[in-house]
Amino acid sequence: MNSTPATTAPPVDTSGNVITRLWRHEESRSVIIQIVTMVVLFALLALAARNVAINLEAIGKEFSFDFLWSTAAYDITFSPFIEYTSRDTHMRAMWVGIGNTLLVAVCGIILASILGFLMGVMRLSKNWLVSRIVYCVIEFTRNVPVLLHILLIHGVIVTTLPPPKQAIPLGEHFFISNRGFFVPAPVFEEGFWLVVMAFIAAIVAIVFFKRWAKKVQDATGKIYPVFWISLGLLVGFTGLMFLLTGMPLSWDFPVLKGFNYKGGMALRPEFLALWLALSYYTASFIAEIVRGGIISVSHGQTEAARALGLRQNRVLQLVVVPQALRVIIPPLASQYLNLTKNSSLAIAIGYMDVVATIGGISLMQTGKEMETMSIVIVIYLIFSLTISAIMNWFNRRMKLVAR
Amino acid sequence: MKFKPTLILSAATLALGITSGAQAGTLEDVQKRGSLNCVVSTGVPGFAYTDESGEWHGFDVDFCRATAAAVLGDAKKIKAVTSTGKTRFTLLNSAEGDVLWRNTTITFSRDVGVKLRFHGVNYYDGQGFLVSKDLGVNSAKELDGASVCIQTGTTTELNLADYFFANGMKYEAVPIETNDEGRQNYLAGRCDVYTTDASGLAATRSTFTDPANHIILPEIISKEPLGPATRHGDDQWSDIVTWVYYATVTAEEKGVTQANVDEMKSSKDPEILRLLGVEGNQGEELGLPADWAYQIIKQVGNYGEIFDRNIGPNTPIGLERGLNALWTEGGLQYSPPFR
Repeated sequence: MNSTPATTAPPVDTSGNVITRLWRHEESRSVIIQIVTMVVLFALLALAARNVAINLEAIGKEFSFDFLWSTAAYDITFSPFIEYTSRDTHMRAMWVGIGNTLLVAVCGIILASILGFLMGVMRLSKNWLVSRIVYCVIEFTRNVPVLLHILLIHGVIVTTLPPPKQAIPLGEHFFISNRGFFVPAPVFEEGFWLVVMAFIAAIVAIVFFKRWAKKVQDATGKIYPVFWISLGLLVGFTGLMFLLTGMPLSWDFPVLKGFNYKGGMALRPEFLALWLALSYYTASFIAEIVRGGIISVSHGQTEAARALGLRQNRVLQLVVVPQALRVIIPPLASQYLNLTKNSSLAIAIGYMDVVATIGGISLMQTGKEMETMSIVIVIYLIFSLTISAIMNWFNRRMKLVAR
Repeated sequence: MKFKPTLILSAATLALGITSGAQAGTLEDVQKRGSLNCVVSTGVPGFAYTDESGEWHGFDVDFCRATAAAVLGDAKKIKAVTSTGKTRFTLLNSAEGDVLWRNTTITFSRDVGVKLRFHGVNYYDGQGFLVSKDLGVNSAKELDGASVCIQTGTTTELNLADYFFANGMKYEAVPIETNDEGRQNYLAGRCDVYTTDASGLAATRSTFTDPANHIILPEIISKEPLGPATRHGDDQWSDIVTWVYYATVTAEEKGVTQANVDEMKSSKDPEILRLLGVEGNQGEELGLPADWAYQIIKQVGNYGEIFDRNIGPNTPIGLERGLNALWTEGGLQYSPPFR
């Protein structure tokens, strides 16, 4: 609350009793209102908590998280990060769920950003057909609930694609069926860690090279082709190490055995449907944000940059995009948050995210509604606050620095 | 800022009014409301489904109607609260429903952990596997590596995990929410196998365009005693639900049917007289009218009639009585005496 300087305060009314006088005084009135609001709010919260306690007591339920350490007893087939069997605990099932939610959220954010930026730029295209088509796509996806998109894609994959025995082959080792897209899986052999180390070393080298190149440019004006040299370093160094260690990487190919494909990796229809639907749905919002951001950079900036003799791509890279980003990033953060939260719709198609595991089956099998729901709420809160923190950090970095 | 104290006051009273929990006194609540809220499934042919006019029918729904007939004297005064396998107990425990008649398996953890009251087994079932004949599978032991559609939040989900684990087999679990979803995914070939209670499989198969092309494998991998449930903390209401079910069984055992219930009022058998409220005060002791069981049989029928009408051999579901025959005929349906 801002304190008002005494000189601008309204004349104090001295008539009436103390309460009426306090009420008439603007500053004390706002304090009173805030206190009353807080009291009422906390009273309602306390009332709700009390009711929960009474109702749990009435049906003889205890508020306890002990169930997390008991056997979950149900299977989760889709668990790319964590080894899990039905003999593991509810706690482990929760981690599988968290992993799956993170996977779809991160993949979704990446794809939505790429699609969103592309569509946003195309929407501004001078080509009438391109901008109109993109406009129609954006308006269609934005105005249909994301749940329907998810169900639509899942339905299309499951009902139109053939079963595994008649899967459509793409080349020798890729297969498309209604139980997922099967692709070869990389198998890392002994010595592969050296390649990983080389990759990390290359990145460190690039960071130093970039700093050095910038220093040189600031001092002498000489510009190195930083991008190409960096790429060369990364590919060259990592590739060299890969060859030196005797190519420690092989592939596990999917093969049809019995009912399903065995080996390789499978992109399950549930994951695909959720990932694609969330991505293009969010991308259509991002596209509008990007469009707005680019338009917000006044045309005079572009003209001024050209007048300085910058080439078109340098104009975009150095003048338009950095300024547009300042407008784009804050609303972008809320789109990322939306995507992450919307991923809880996974439950509609049986993708085993955190809501379907701990907040679904575990809830059902143990009857611990309050406990499991609080866990799910806390997990989403952590996800959202993390995304906010990252985006705020990025926003600060991109902010206009007064020089 | 305009300040309206009345607004906050009314909001507070609203919150107070809403949050005052109603635990005991389900009977009074139902009678005051004039209708019975039954938690039922979202739709399983033969057990709980709606016809073209939106009217609810089925084995579970008839038991709900029987409860309404006993409590309100009118089998029509029911409201179906539909629930998935996952939401059913929450709906019951949060008092959205008064009683649960929803092919629900009685287990230790549900009775003790979820805090439910169970009231006898109105259908003895077991979990089976439905597969297409084209697969050429004759036993559940040959299902290694298959994709299995499974309703989440059910006991069948746990039995499935145990069965495959015990037999050293792997499978892809395709979790689904409702029976309809399971049917669609199975028919689309998303899964090779659909597993749920054998009664549910037979019911679902009856809706296929080519039911003869699908078989239920011989292995029944679990005991699924299905029965009604109520909340903890209301013994009177629990007694009512328990004895509504027993009344239908006793009526069948004593040969009291929808058609002859009026004649039976002048029967020589004292137990029939007690059942129909001609003698004794059993209705009063339950807190119900004397003719509560009469109304059940008159309006809905006895156990055998409910079974035959909805899922018996002459219906598209075509289930035999099997374990659900009366104890006098080699089955397990058995009612304690009305004494």
